[in-house]
Amino acid sequence: MLELKALSKTYSTGDRALTDISFSVPAGQVVGLIGPSGAGKSSLIRCINRLVEPSSGSIYLGDTELTKLSGRALRQARRRIGMIFQEYALVERLTVMENVLSGRLGYVSGWRSFLRRYPQTDIDQAFSLLDRVGLGDHYNKRADELSGGQRQRVGIARALEQNPELLLADEPTASLDPKTSRQIMRLIQGVCRERNLPAIINIHDVVLAQNFADRIIGLRAGQVVFDGPPSALSHEALTRIYGAEDWDQVQQSSEPQNDEFMFSSAKVLELT
Amino acid sequence: MITSANTKTWQFRTSKQYMLRWTGWFWLVALTVFCWNLMTEDTIWAFVADAPRQASDIGSRMLPPRWGYLNQLWQPLWDTLNIATLGTLIGVIIAIPVAFLAAGNTTPSRHFVRPLALLIIVTSRSINSLIWALLLVAIIGPGLLAGIVAIGLRSIGFIAKLLYEAIEEIDVSQVEAMRATGASGTQVIDYAIIPQILPAFWGISVFRWDINIRESTILGLVGAGGLGLQLQSSLSTLAWNQVTVIFLVILATVVVSEWVSAKVRRAVL
Amino acid sequence: MTGAIPSLRTWKRPPLILKDPRWRWTILLGGAIYLVLAISSVEVNWFRVYEGLERGWKFIQGFLSPDFSSRWRDIQAGLIESLTMTLTSTVAGVLISVPIGLGAARNLAPLPVYTICRSIITLSRSFQEIIIAILLVAMFGFGPFAGFLTLTFASIGFLSKLLAEDIEDCDSAQIEAIRATGADWWQVVNYAVQSQVMPRLIGLSLYRLDINFRESSVIGIVGAGGVGATLNTAIDRYEYDSAGAILIIIIAIVLVVEYSSSYIRRWVQ
Repeated sequence: MLELKALSKTYSTGDRALTDISFSVPAGQVVGLIGPSGAGKSSLIRCINRLVEPSSGSIYLGDTELTKLSGRALRQARRRIGMIFQEYALVERLTVMENVLSGRLGYVSGWRSFLRRYPQTDIDQAFSLLDRVGLGDHYNKRADELSGGQRQRVGIARALEQNPELLLADEPTASLDPKTSRQIMRLIQGVCRERNLPAIINIHDVVLAQNFADRIIGLRAGQVVFDGPPSALSHEALTRIYGAEDWDQVQQSSEPQNDEFMFSSAKVLELT
Repeated sequence: MITSANTKTWQFRTSKQYMLRWTGWFWLVALTVFCWNLMTEDTIWAFVADAPRQASDIGSRMLPPRWGYLNQLWQPLWDTLNIATLGTLIGVIIAIPVAFLAAGNTTPSRHFVRPLALLIIVTSRSINSLIWALLLVAIIGPGLLAGIVAIGLRSIGFIAKLLYEAIEEIDVSQVEAMRATGASGTQVIDYAIIPQILPAFWGISVFRWDINIRESTILGLVGAGGLGLQLQSSLSTLAWNQVTVIFLVILATVVVSEWVSAKVRRAVL
Repeated sequence: MTGAIPSLRTWKRPPLILKDPRWRWTILLGGAIYLVLAISSVEVNWFRVYEGLERGWKFIQGFLSPDFSSRWRDIQAGLIESLTMTLTSTVAGVLISVPIGLGAARNLAPLPVYTICRSIITLSRSFQEIIIAILLVAMFGFGPFAGFLTLTFASIGFLSKLLAEDIEDCDSAQIEAIRATGADWWQVVNYAVQSQVMPRLIGLSLYRLDINFRESSVIGIVGAGGVGATLNTAIDRYEYDSAGAILIIIIAIVLVVEYSSSYIRRWVQ
């Protein structure tokens, strides 16, 4: 589905962010991308939809080579890739509905987007997505009236409104509290299952990554140093990614939690 | 004096800092005195000494105001409002594209278009609206049109400068998010940039309108219509009691426009 | 998810500011009527404008090929007046503004002092520089001395108001802390307020220097000295190449003052 071949990125300042990255992601697989700050996680995600220009190597989404595109073709490729951001990156002064509909910008003409006259199918889809993420009644609120967790739900709805073939998430839980973080991760995992959607989630919380990803890729200094199922993430592997630390202590602190219950009760609260 | 090697002396500034400061101040004072002497070279101090008498003379002629003159001021007042409003409108319409061309993050070309847009802004800002009016009266003749265009030309630089600074300060992550959905350049401006700068835009425009009301009251002095025209004719006939009435009308207009602009700015922010 | 959601839900963007459609329509309609009235009140002599186009073109040519030499003596004299006026009036303005600014800060001054200082500020800010210049020229006679007084008067309102606002925005904890040590009023100002306000005061003074230069090139039109008088004569005589030269010099000086003052401001802070 998605294939990276020998991808490298060197910034104009001379900083080498990524070195010779190659892996592929099949349909429906949720990949957790972990690594210390500055390991190149964010650059990697942004190279895939070309918000950051890769220096060399190639990226294939299906049959399209993303690295060769430009202009209109690039925009048409970008609309196949949904992206979720760390600080939500909602347009604060627009309504929730406009934010979700902005996921269709790559599809509709300039005047339609300017007049906010979207096709009825887009609007229906936006409503059902807002229901899916539990914000059905908030569609005419301005984005800056929402709480952090709610904003990230809008961010997810916006990404899904694109009907993407791939989901990218850049630290989707970094500005959320632990409980909301789990809810958001569960939501992303859930929609990926429903749609057989592959996703790359860049995340710094190892436990969250282990709980919600099908596969973990560990980056260190711009290189892949671990690639395998969450269960294979041994202390030795973590040391390879992050450096030495007492991993027992870190992992113990977040053992079984009934977050299924937490999620459903939160939903009840939001509906009442 | 108890200065032994062991006691630490505390000094407010190091001696080098002291010297630097004092030379700075010294040159400032010297320059000011020099300028003062140069400026007052031709001043006839007898006139200056005479000023209090002149002031009381003018004061006695200004009072009481000739209230009947008020009836001749409604039309010029309406003209003044129109000069300010239409001029601001012209300024806003031209300033918007200039601002987008001048902002580092939206300009199509950093090396060619941006300097050009900045030059437009500087030219418009450096020249006072009264000078613009002076020029335009000479070029297209006296009247409201010259005043409107003068106000418009002066407003371009002011609005474009503040607007492009607002554009450069926007939150980039929202722009990035819109680009990630596959939006085109104009769609990114429409969805990610305009919502962010809209409050600033309204604030700047109303603020400039407020300033323009003040400026348009005097444009008539050089023939560009409005209250200034009456002021000019009253001054040339030494009708100081009419001048008082005009001053009071100007004062009232300024106070009202300031109130309106404060109100509108609070509503949009 | 509940199954009762209707399959076809329409959505329209909710209005941004005025929620009530009646208000929206009234304001839109009012605006449209105003525009029609305002534009129709502008009488344009199109023949005159057409004639003026040629003159406008001549002016642009004059601007592009300015003539610095033939009126250089006048230009030089005007510039010296403008520049000396600018500096002396800014210095005098700052010296007078500091006590008034202190008096107009509610957290430092007792109510009677506050009221007096605030009314001085309001008086100074209500009138355009040009109007003040007209009055002062009538009292003190033609020449740069009247211009100096005008700019000083205008600077006082500007600087004291902003200074007072800065003092009121000061961190009150620092003022309290110094007061708690038993310091008297002067010591509080010296230690707690001055250290916080000084960089801003220097910034404001430089900004006012910039404004004063721009104004000094205008008030000459009403006889208060400076390069404005030279410009006025040049335009009256249709000497567009000399006028172009003066405008270019004004723009250049404004640019130099602006850049150097922003440099100094960065250096101070």
